[in-house]
Amino acid sequence: MNSVQITLGEVAATLALVGLAAAVSLWRRADLERDLGVAVVRSFLQLTAVGYVIQAIFDSDSLWLVALLLSGMVAFGTVTARSRARAVPGALVAIVLALAAAAAVTLGLVLVLGVFDATPRYLVPVGGMVIGNSMTATAVALNRLADEVHGRAGLIEASLALGATARQASAGLVTSSLRSGMIPLIDSTKTTGVVFFPGTMVGMLVAGAEPLDAVRLQLILLWALLGAVALAALIAVTLGYRGFFTPAHQLREPPEP
Amino acid sequence: MARGGRPVLRGLDLAIEVGATAVLGPSGSGKSTLLRLLDRLADPDEGSVRFRGRDVRELDPLELRRRAVLVPQLPAPVPGTVAENVTYGPALLGRDVDPGPPLEQAGLDRSFADRDAARLSVGEQQRVMLARALALEPEVLLLDEPTAALDELATAAVERALDRLRGRSGLSLVLVTHDRSQARRLSGRVVELRDGRAA
Repeated sequence: MNSVQITLGEVAATLALVGLAAAVSLWRRADLERDLGVAVVRSFLQLTAVGYVIQAIFDSDSLWLVALLLSGMVAFGTVTARSRARAVPGALVAIVLALAAAAAVTLGLVLVLGVFDATPRYLVPVGGMVIGNSMTATAVALNRLADEVHGRAGLIEASLALGATARQASAGLVTSSLRSGMIPLIDSTKTTGVVFFPGTMVGMLVAGAEPLDAVRLQLILLWALLGAVALAALIAVTLGYRGFFTPAHQLREPPEP
Repeated sequence: MARGGRPVLRGLDLAIEVGATAVLGPSGSGKSTLLRLLDRLADPDEGSVRFRGRDVRELDPLELRRRAVLVPQLPAPVPGTVAENVTYGPALLGRDVDPGPPLEQAGLDRSFADRDAARLSVGEQQRVMLARALALEPEVLLLDEPTAALDELATAAVERALDRLRGRSGLSLVLVTHDRSQARRLSGRVVELRDGRAA
C-alpha cells in the first residue's frame, strides 16, 4: 500500500472548518466555542501523543507493548463507560471484564482464523476499535438497564415477592438492555456504504488503496465489531444487573411507595 | 427502619398470630414497610423479624416469600395471559399447576385463564394477583392495601374473595389497610400503627 504524507500545514488549514463551527455557535449563541476549543486542543494532543506511542510500538515490534497499550485503553474505556453508567451500582467490575473479554476474544479469533498477522500494525488499531465500540455498547446497555430497573421496580419486586431470584426477576430487562447495546452497531452495519462510509474505508481510499481492498478490510472490521459488541454488552448486563440487588434477592432501591 | 433517610418504623414490638390480622394506619405510618420486612424484601436497620419463631435472616429468602406471599397494592401483572400470571410462581420452581383452582379461590372463573392480563380491569387484575399468590399455596398472605386502587364494586368482589379465604385452615392473612371498617369486616384482630409504633 502507498502511504500518504500529510503536513502539519494541511492539518492546520482544516482549522478553518472548526472556525466555521465556532462561527455557527457564536451566531446562534449556542455557547459551544469554549468546548470546541477544548475539543480541538485535546484531539490534537491526544492523537499526537498516541501517534508517537504507536510509532514506538511499531518500531519495537513488541507484542508485550501492544498488550500494555490495549490494557491502558481498557482502563480508560472502563472509566469512561463507568461515568456514563453511574446509575448502575458497582458496575466497574462488569465493565472492565466486558471490555477486556471483548478485546481478547475478538483479537484472539481474528488471529486464530488467520485474518490478520500477530503484529502491532494490525493489533493496535483493531484492538482500539474493538475497545472503543465495546465501551459505547457497554455504556448504552448499562444505562438502559438502570432505566429499566428504576422504571419497573414495582414489577421486579412483585416477582421477588413470588419467590423469584434476582436473576429471574430481571431476565426481561437484561434482554432488552442487551438489545439496546447491540442495535446501534447493527443498524449502522445495515446502512454502511449507502448512508455513510465507515472510517476505515475512507482512510484506506484516501491513502490510495484499491476500493475493493478497502471494502474487504472494512467488512472484516465491521463483522468483528458485531461479535465484540455483542460479547461486551452481554457480559456487562449479565454481571451488571447484580448490582441492583442484595445477596438476599432484595432491590437495593425499593420502588416508591 | 428508615426509608429515604426518614425513619418509618421505630421501636415497634408486634406479634402477629395465626389467623386474620388487620394492620390499620394512615398513609406513611409504615404499614407497607412492615409487610416488606415480614417478607424480607427489606431488612430492618435494628432489631429482628421472626417467622414461626425463627429470625427471617436465617431462612432462605426465596422460600420465605413462597410461604408468606405479598400481594402488592397496585397490580403488577407480568406480560402474558392470566394463566401465565397465576402459574408464574410455581413455574419459577419448574412446577406445573392448574390455574383454575387459584382463580376460583380468588373469585374469578376459569374462563379468565386465556385472557390478556394487561387488558383486564384493575379490580380483575387485583384478583389475578390474589390467585397468583394462592397458586403458591402459601401459609400467609400479606395483603398491602388490596382494595386501595379499586372502585366500590371491585372492592366488594375482592373482599368477598378474602372473606372466603379467611375460613381456610392453614392460611393466615395479614391485611394492611387505612379503612377501619374494612379491617373489622375482614379480620378478628386489628393492630393500629401510628408514627411507626403499634398504638
